[in-house]
Amino acid sequence: MSSIYTEIILDHYQNPRNFGEVKNPTREVEVNNTLCGDRIKMMIILDKEKVTEIKFTGVGCAISIASASMLTEHVKGKTKEQLKKIDKKFITKMLGVNLGVNRIKCALLALEALKRLL
Amino acid sequence: MLNVSQIKKNFPIFDHNPSLVYLDSAATSLKPRSVIEKTVEYYSKYSANIFRGIYSLSEKATEEYEQTREKTAEFINGKKEEVIFTRNTTESLNLLAYGLGRKIIKKGDEIVTTIMEHHSNFVPWQILSQETGAVLKVININQDGELDVYENKSKVKGQKLKVSIKNSKLINMEAVISKKTKILTLTYLSNVLGTINPIKEIVTVARKINPKIIIIVDAAQAASHKKINVSDLGVDFLTFSSHKMLGPTGVGVLWGKYPLLEEMFPFNFGGEMIVEVFVDKTFFKKPPHKFEAGTPAIAEVISFSEALSYLEKVGLEKIEIHEKELIKFAYQRLKEEFGEDIKVLGDGNIKERSGILSFNFCNLHPHDVAQVLSEKNICIRSGHHCAQPLHQFLGVSSSCRVSFYLYNNKEDVEKLVEGLKEVRKRFKI
Repeated sequence: MSSIYTEIILDHYQNPRNFGEVKNPTREVEVNNTLCGDRIKMMIILDKEKVTEIKFTGVGCAISIASASMLTEHVKGKTKEQLKKIDKKFITKMLGVNLGVNRIKCALLALEALKRLL
Repeated sequence: MLNVSQIKKNFPIFDHNPSLVYLDSAATSLKPRSVIEKTVEYYSKYSANIFRGIYSLSEKATEEYEQTREKTAEFINGKKEEVIFTRNTTESLNLLAYGLGRKIIKKGDEIVTTIMEHHSNFVPWQILSQETGAVLKVININQDGELDVYENKSKVKGQKLKVSIKNSKLINMEAVISKKTKILTLTYLSNVLGTINPIKEIVTVARKINPKIIIIVDAAQAASHKKINVSDLGVDFLTFSSHKMLGPTGVGVLWGKYPLLEEMFPFNFGGEMIVEVFVDKTFFKKPPHKFEAGTPAIAEVISFSEALSYLEKVGLEKIEIHEKELIKFAYQRLKEEFGEDIKVLGDGNIKERSGILSFNFCNLHPHDVAQVLSEKNICIRSGHHCAQPLHQFLGVSSSCRVSFYLYNNKEDVEKLVEGLKEVRKRFKI
């Protein structure tokens, strides 16, 4: 069985991008995965329909933090319409690893936050 | 210690997966060949419904089913008619909350439970309290991971309502139990901490305060590790599951004192639980059949008897000693290797623990620890283990849990240590 802890995932977990708070966000949301105790708060600034700034804070496993880090990198500069198309398949591809049924929900926590911000 | 390499030969999963390090028996145990073969025997030789058929296949199945009931009763020193088969411990406890709780609990009554309960012995009582207006009182734990019912003998005056236990400690429950307490429900062995609660002494003290109190013990974890004697413990109800004690999934046990079982409402109505049905009324059978409506898990119940035989053959006393030894060894090895990087939950009195050890490692999320271990074929549990109130009380959101059984040995502990070293390496700690 190959590891899901690839260099890129570990890098995003240990040095998460866009980690922190946004001043005067357009919207903010907090999502939980109570089963794991993961918690992500995401803040966004929308200029018309475009994301100009996005940040997150929170605690979680390597997968949920790396997923939030990589996802926030991706969404900057994108329009709401573009972002609405992001799905589970996209997240799996973005992470580049095959997560089992039990871990996929860790990866999808950041996506849940983003969807609620749009 | 038990002869583990010999025991492993009786568990076919090790034939298929020789390098398996299974440290999650508190979730469910592995199954010996005799249990698996008994299931096949039922389906191959006398696969018929019970109680209904006048033909020999049905009679054979009924006989095997009822023999298992008898064997289960003997296993805990109860009576045959006091043993009810359910789906699992959760269902047994819910049946009690429904069938007994809704009958006897009124507004202002008190129900007492503990912070170390599994959700299945917490939520049913919480909901019952909310529905009836009763008060749910919760016994906390002390820093050693034991129920907060002890005090030092030297400080105590007037010992009328207290009972002495080892280490010069006294049990005092006057702060939580009163004449208003209708039900005390608690676990025998914590599924997170491995703490064994002194049930017999707690029962004695509780009954001194309130002789009418009904005492329920969740033995889901204890039944697989300890010899249980319900009449010696003096409890009113005891619940456990087959699948945690080498038996099949789908079988739970509710043992209860007969007069109380007679008083209780059934939960399911329908086939095999009735004497006579008229258009305007129904007469129920007596317990245990009153509580076993519909076709039960026949194959699983019958196979459970083989699990009991296996445990009797090895000896629960020997199993308990084996596990305590493993816990002591594991704790010592983990502390030696990882020191402050490993934080064991409630580790004040580790030598009194049985079979279970929960911890957090290097501030990593337990899922990440478990995932890396799983790459090395080591199975541990990660999460809150269905005990969120306890984790909240301890100030952690989740933990890693290792649990041992008769097929584990010190070699498994060493593999766990190696696995954790790999976790540290992987996360560059």
